[in-house]
Amino acid sequence: MPQLEVKDITLRFGGVTAIKAVSFNVEQSTIHAIIGPNGAGKTSMLNCISGVYRPQEGQIVLNGQDITSQSPYARTGLGLARTFQNIALFKGMTVLDNLLIGRHTHQKTGVLAGGMYYGSGQKEEVVHREYVEDIIDFLEIEAIRKKTVGTLAYGLQKRVELARALALEPKILLLDEPMAGMNAEEKEDMARFVIDINEDRGTTIIMIEHDMGVVMDISNRVVVLNFGQKIADGTPDEVQRDSHVQKAYLGQEE
Amino acid sequence: MSDGLDTFPKLLLRNAREFAAKPALREKEFGIWQAHSWQQYHDKVRDFSLGLVSLGFEPGDKVAIIGNNRPEWVCAELAAQAAGGASVGIYQDSNLTEVAYVIDHCDAKFVVAEDQEQVDKILDMIDKLPKLKNVIYSEPRGMRKYDHPSLISFDVVAKKGRALHHAEPSRWEKNIAMGKGSDTAIICYTSGTTGFPKGALLTFDNLIVMAKSVNTVDAKFATDEFVSFLPLAWIGEQMVSVTNSLLVGFTINFPEDPSTVMEDIREIGPHTMFAPPRVWENMSSTVQVKIMDTTPFKRLMYNWAMPIGYKVADLKFKKQPVPFALSILHKLSFWALFRPLKDRLGLSNLRTCSTGGAALGPDVFRFFHALGVPLKQIYGQTEISGISCIHYDGDVQFHTVGKPIPGTEVKISPDGEILSRSASITPGYYKNDEATKQAIRDGWLHSGDAGYLTDDGQLVVIDRIKDVMRLADGTQFSPQFIENRLKFSPYIKEAVVIGNDRPKLTVMICIDMGIVGKWAENQKLSYTTYTDLAAKDLVYGLLEKEVEKVNEALPQAAKLRRFVLLYKELDADDEELTRTRKVRRGFVEDRYKDVIDALYSDRQQVPIDTTIKFQDGKAARFQTTLLLRDLT
Repeated sequence: MPQLEVKDITLRFGGVTAIKAVSFNVEQSTIHAIIGPNGAGKTSMLNCISGVYRPQEGQIVLNGQDITSQSPYARTGLGLARTFQNIALFKGMTVLDNLLIGRHTHQKTGVLAGGMYYGSGQKEEVVHREYVEDIIDFLEIEAIRKKTVGTLAYGLQKRVELARALALEPKILLLDEPMAGMNAEEKEDMARFVIDINEDRGTTIIMIEHDMGVVMDISNRVVVLNFGQKIADGTPDEVQRDSHVQKAYLGQEE
Repeated sequence: MSDGLDTFPKLLLRNAREFAAKPALREKEFGIWQAHSWQQYHDKVRDFSLGLVSLGFEPGDKVAIIGNNRPEWVCAELAAQAAGGASVGIYQDSNLTEVAYVIDHCDAKFVVAEDQEQVDKILDMIDKLPKLKNVIYSEPRGMRKYDHPSLISFDVVAKKGRALHHAEPSRWEKNIAMGKGSDTAIICYTSGTTGFPKGALLTFDNLIVMAKSVNTVDAKFATDEFVSFLPLAWIGEQMVSVTNSLLVGFTINFPEDPSTVMEDIREIGPHTMFAPPRVWENMSSTVQVKIMDTTPFKRLMYNWAMPIGYKVADLKFKKQPVPFALSILHKLSFWALFRPLKDRLGLSNLRTCSTGGAALGPDVFRFFHALGVPLKQIYGQTEISGISCIHYDGDVQFHTVGKPIPGTEVKISPDGEILSRSASITPGYYKNDEATKQAIRDGWLHSGDAGYLTDDGQLVVIDRIKDVMRLADGTQFSPQFIENRLKFSPYIKEAVVIGNDRPKLTVMICIDMGIVGKWAENQKLSYTTYTDLAAKDLVYGLLEKEVEKVNEALPQAAKLRRFVLLYKELDADDEELTRTRKVRRGFVEDRYKDVIDALYSDRQQVPIDTTIKFQDGKAARFQTTLLLRDLT
């Protein structure tokens, strides 16, 4: 059984159909890319999966359970985490605090014990700090642990956002253009982190990315959208050979 | 050695007995410093050493080690030595061919590589490394898909070692007992500027004698903390982090990551520090930049207290007593500025610290002494186990590199080369007798550096010999050495020292338009152009003082006798400088031939008639008269 099933999703904004009857399956522990030209509905698709938008038709099924009507935070509890195209971190807080917030769904103690840093609250914080430190080590952001997020370079902020998503202990990680605006070296680092997350932690990754080199290099499967419709779905090789994809990206010879 | 502790593994055994639970190594994990006690350090080395033995390591074999400073690095080194072999450090940023050259040349049977990055380098070249048996990695991250038959993890080797220890509990101590002081402990590869690196063999005796004699003039204690952040493949870091730490028993702290070194230093508050000039320069400029951005009050305190610090430091350099009133002010400055500033930099606990590897500018030297940080210069070569000279306590002069350490003799050859001799000189380069014969003649190590000894026995290093010039009477001088001195003056932008095959030294100077211009404004001196400013009598007076300051530190025969201020700045567009802003000496001497001829004549001025090229390609005829100034 696929880990995530997208079944006949249709999303409309008034008269505009952003996504039209798109279906695809995501298998456990794979890297799944969603690509397509501008306005193809990629981010809308991601928003449907994470629960920001609710599609008018179709179903999102996670591990056999229909989650179409669940709220975003409920989906987080089921193991979905995401990053945003435009970084959405708490800019005035330190990297460490941002990551600890990522642990929120896993914290059980109440306001009192947590706020007083006493008893179970203290014990819990130690456990979560350890988890967060593990991620800091994993993404090699030790040097900026105590820096305020707003003062960091763009590439680093992207990495911090990825770290925060990881702090949720996701089973499925949704990445919206993780490499946008990065230089070649930062992209290479990010690609390595994505692969490491996938291989070390077995996390399923669904990502939107424009850099075809990266997509074809690291994805196991690629879904191609164009004007809200799925035009191809397969391994990177299959997709590259697909005539519809070539037409969408390169135009058609007259 | 009289106490029988003549090898590192023997010292490790002693420390595990004597210090037991005291921290030997610390590394940062999960953002927290995790200590390894001497006992744990010992156990880790034992397991890995016996693991190597069970993989087929035999006495005399070599282990090459590449990676950042981590406990595994030093454990691997001691493990190889305990098994009767030697370790070879490789700089972690070496490229493929360098790594392969060293591994192959030193006949390493095993390589300990930190992580995927280093393993990749070795696996890429493994077809050319037939003598290599195993590649051992300590950081498993990213390694899951690697299945090369030679790969094995650090932990697996240690496990094999534990099994062997179980089967033969006496094997470990027996192995160690076989070692003797004259065995090769490490092979240090030095990067030559030409050709392949040479591997200097260093014995336990070499290294232990060196550490002991340095400690007589620069004491270390078992309670000291040290942060190890320079490459362990370098003799300087080896000397402190391995030899001295084993000898004295102080704690070595490994930074979390190369990028966190400065924060880690602050957290540890080391008692002793050793860093190249780059690190000190970085610290001092960081402070100055931060002061510019701070609150007016803090800036006021800084501007009030620093001159007091400088004054006291200068008196101490000259070995003069500090007047009572000044010492009160100094105490106040300490509480107001020096103490909090040192705390910021992590230098609060610092008792002794040194710089080595290259020359440190006097400005930076004075800066740290003004703060009360007792910075010392160290001089030495890998071939003499790292150190031949050091500033003694209370005898710091920033243009020297100090006096020879006990047991070391330093002399200057008739050619002006620095020669040194001690019990710490390498027995030779590995598999390179020719280079050995060249470097060590009659027991004296030939450094390739030019230098001289001052009247009170301090060594001054001038330059590499091949860069040194000679006056007509044979006196040697290093133009670059003098030019750098001159350029420490803020008013001097560029200087060209002339004198090769001439009777005396002279210099052409380009003033720094911005700073001299500002000075002129403060003096209410009006000027129009660079040429105008550079021809002012008052400016000549200012620069004369600056040049004389430099002259003071130069030996009688190599003092500057005359100078001229050039009418324009040297410019890369005029091909006078390279694009990296180095003076193209030959070209400049040719172009300013008239000026130079005048410098060596009796004339007091020289007329200039030349064309100047502007940036937009236009050329203009240019006439002026330059003044020449004699120096006493």
